[in-house]
Amino acid sequence: MLLELEGIRKNFGGVQALKRGDLRADAGQVHALIGENGAGKSTMMKIIAGMYRRDGGDVRWKGQSVDFQKPGDAHAVGISMVHQESLLAPHLTVAENIYLGRETLRGPLLDKAAMHRASGRLIEENNFPLKAHWKVRELSPAQRQLVEICRALHGASSLIIFDEPTASLSESETVEVFRIVRELRHKGIGILYITHRLVELAEIADEVTVLRDGNTVFHSDFRETSMSEIVHQMVGRKVEHIYERPKLTPGKQVLKVDLPGASFSLHEGEIVGLAGLMGAGRTELCQKLFGVTPSAAGEIEVQGRKLHPKSPREAVHAGIALITEDRQQTGLALELPIRMNITMANLGAVTQLGIVRPAEEKTVSERFRDKLQIRAASVEQNAGRLSGGNQQKVVIAKWLYRDTKIVLFDEPTRGIDVGAKAEVFALMDEMARQGKAILMVSSELPELLQVADRILVMRGGKITAELPRETTQEEIMHHAAVGE
Amino acid sequence: MRREMIQKLLPFLSLIALFVALAIASPHFLTGVNLSSVVRQTAVINIMALGMTLVIVSGGIDLSVGAILAFSGVVGSMAMVAGDSVWIGIVVGVLCGFAWGALNGFLTVWLKIPPFIVTLGALGIARGVTLIISGGLPVSGLPRELTFLGDGTVFGVPFVLIVLLICAVITHVTLHSTKLGRYTYAIGSNKAAAVYAGIPVGPYTIAVYAISGLLTGLAAMIETSRLMTGQPTAGQSYELQVIAAVVIGGGSLTGGEGSVVGTLIGAFIMGLLSNGSDLLGINPYLQQAIIGAIIILAVALDEARKRKFSAS
Repeated sequence: MLLELEGIRKNFGGVQALKRGDLRADAGQVHALIGENGAGKSTMMKIIAGMYRRDGGDVRWKGQSVDFQKPGDAHAVGISMVHQESLLAPHLTVAENIYLGRETLRGPLLDKAAMHRASGRLIEENNFPLKAHWKVRELSPAQRQLVEICRALHGASSLIIFDEPTASLSESETVEVFRIVRELRHKGIGILYITHRLVELAEIADEVTVLRDGNTVFHSDFRETSMSEIVHQMVGRKVEHIYERPKLTPGKQVLKVDLPGASFSLHEGEIVGLAGLMGAGRTELCQKLFGVTPSAAGEIEVQGRKLHPKSPREAVHAGIALITEDRQQTGLALELPIRMNITMANLGAVTQLGIVRPAEEKTVSERFRDKLQIRAASVEQNAGRLSGGNQQKVVIAKWLYRDTKIVLFDEPTRGIDVGAKAEVFALMDEMARQGKAILMVSSELPELLQVADRILVMRGGKITAELPRETTQEEIMHHAAVGE
Repeated sequence: MRREMIQKLLPFLSLIALFVALAIASPHFLTGVNLSSVVRQTAVINIMALGMTLVIVSGGIDLSVGAILAFSGVVGSMAMVAGDSVWIGIVVGVLCGFAWGALNGFLTVWLKIPPFIVTLGALGIARGVTLIISGGLPVSGLPRELTFLGDGTVFGVPFVLIVLLICAVITHVTLHSTKLGRYTYAIGSNKAAAVYAGIPVGPYTIAVYAISGLLTGLAAMIETSRLMTGQPTAGQSYELQVIAAVVIGGGSLTGGEGSVVGTLIGAFIMGLLSNGSDLLGINPYLQQAIIGAIIILAVALDEARKRKFSAS
């Protein structure tokens, strides 16, 4: 046995990220580690790679008990990790990145020729579409991943950890990563493969371990189990309903979209889910509707009127709001108080003769703070100091105050806790009851099934299916992964 | 919380400390003549700094203000001489500043070039063009009435102080109570979020630079009045003092932060430093180095303050 973990524990402050992590990995096997967001997968891998130190439990490497203090220790015995987000220096070449932090020297000088040659050999052996002298900043996300893999391979690894390597990759790039993983396995290298995409398992997994709430809850040879068993283990006690939405009868049509590959409509009082794998084009669709990346072809109709939004401004004026997946980047002005963030998209409503009325603005923002239960002492508090859930509520408040007919939610529950999730869902329900039409993009299938009235599934930039709310996770996954 | 207040008040406390220290160190400091000369000296930098406050709050920077000052002063003087009217000259000078500012803003928005580069280029162009049209020589023969703008008094109060206060009040109200001001903060704090909120970021950015230019044009005419010539070499390295005033007053070079009151305090600190150095006989070359050091110090203190907050 290459690597064994037994009863690993890890706390961050008061939070128990890992309660009982068990894992056994063999050489020449792809061991998939699966679980929902926050299940403890990454924490466990970072302990193996020496990036975190465990609070309890035992790690054995080739039968010997080990305690890595830093990533260098793990690397020294042959464990490397390919990170989810690229940790490369963009202005350096591929070769320089492969050798970053472990440069070959000739006297006091860098032996550039030797590093260049060795990198070239490594790339050639693995058949990677790379050149040693290319600058990393010119590479695609997939190619960067390959450079990370080169870094892992360099120095004779016997175990490589992949942390959701396909998260930012396209379909064909994903296939390429699978090919490389299979090749590494063939060479006898042990692979730990973290993912939360069930569909990838069928492609590469030999063994599977499921984590849930910081515990290892399931382990099996992949051929001896089934998808539904794995889903069941991942989600636990039969999809926990944190929020149950009653069925409503949708009203009249308010949005009609007829773009290449994406034709659908939204009605008053309706929440429509949009599912798909990462990179399926869901965010891109929202951005087209919102005028961020104007669509060259096709037609959009808002409440019977044709619209070709070329900027978010035009979309907002037509009655569309977009609550983006990244509130820090595109949702909030973090240095400004909650009050200013709430009125930002509708400042005209508290402005008279060109002057913003401070009393009215305060009343409005406090009304929304109370209504949405934004936990802040005062509306003068900076948005940047709020928790993720409260920040999300400020963004929602901004668009509630603007009162658009159509609201697009892109991953509305990303990075917020369970309690805040239920509150966000309740708000979405209330918005629907007020006659708004809602499109909700989510990668969390259980949430889509709870909230949405019907679910559209995207794959490769196209809508491939429309499913009723009574559908199942397996059905959605089927259309998301292999839709026709 | 108490610490936070003290650190926010730091510029104001520094100003008072500086004032008291100078009053003790030099018997010539606390005299009507000297204080009104501080006000007159500071007014030009102060008015320019008001405009720079808007620019910096919007997340931008304007390095060309010194050169715009020279250009507006020279062209305004030429118009004044040609039209034989103080008013024509002042209007032309102010419009010149406005036009340069608008152009800076337009180029940043249209060419999507960082304002640092656009205004650095504008600095060179404006200075060069000024030297060409003036032939490198000062424009003289200005009407005598012009002296009132820079050196006149109203009921014993320097006229420039009145002009400065009016400009400060208008800028303060603009920044805090108008859409323009609010959007300036929003754009500076998070431009992407502003775009996603449907704010027309481009036109507002141009407006911010145009206002900064307009105030610089006004400052140019005050400077011209004080020198009684249109100097093509005026305003050298004023951008340093102007940016310093905003930054000392709490303006953040990453945008989203800054206030008119802070900037006024910053500009007066700069004015007192320069006046105090003169009174105490400190080498004027050293003064410039001191200003540079103070900018770095002010930003370092501000960064330390912010880090403390995010840690807590």
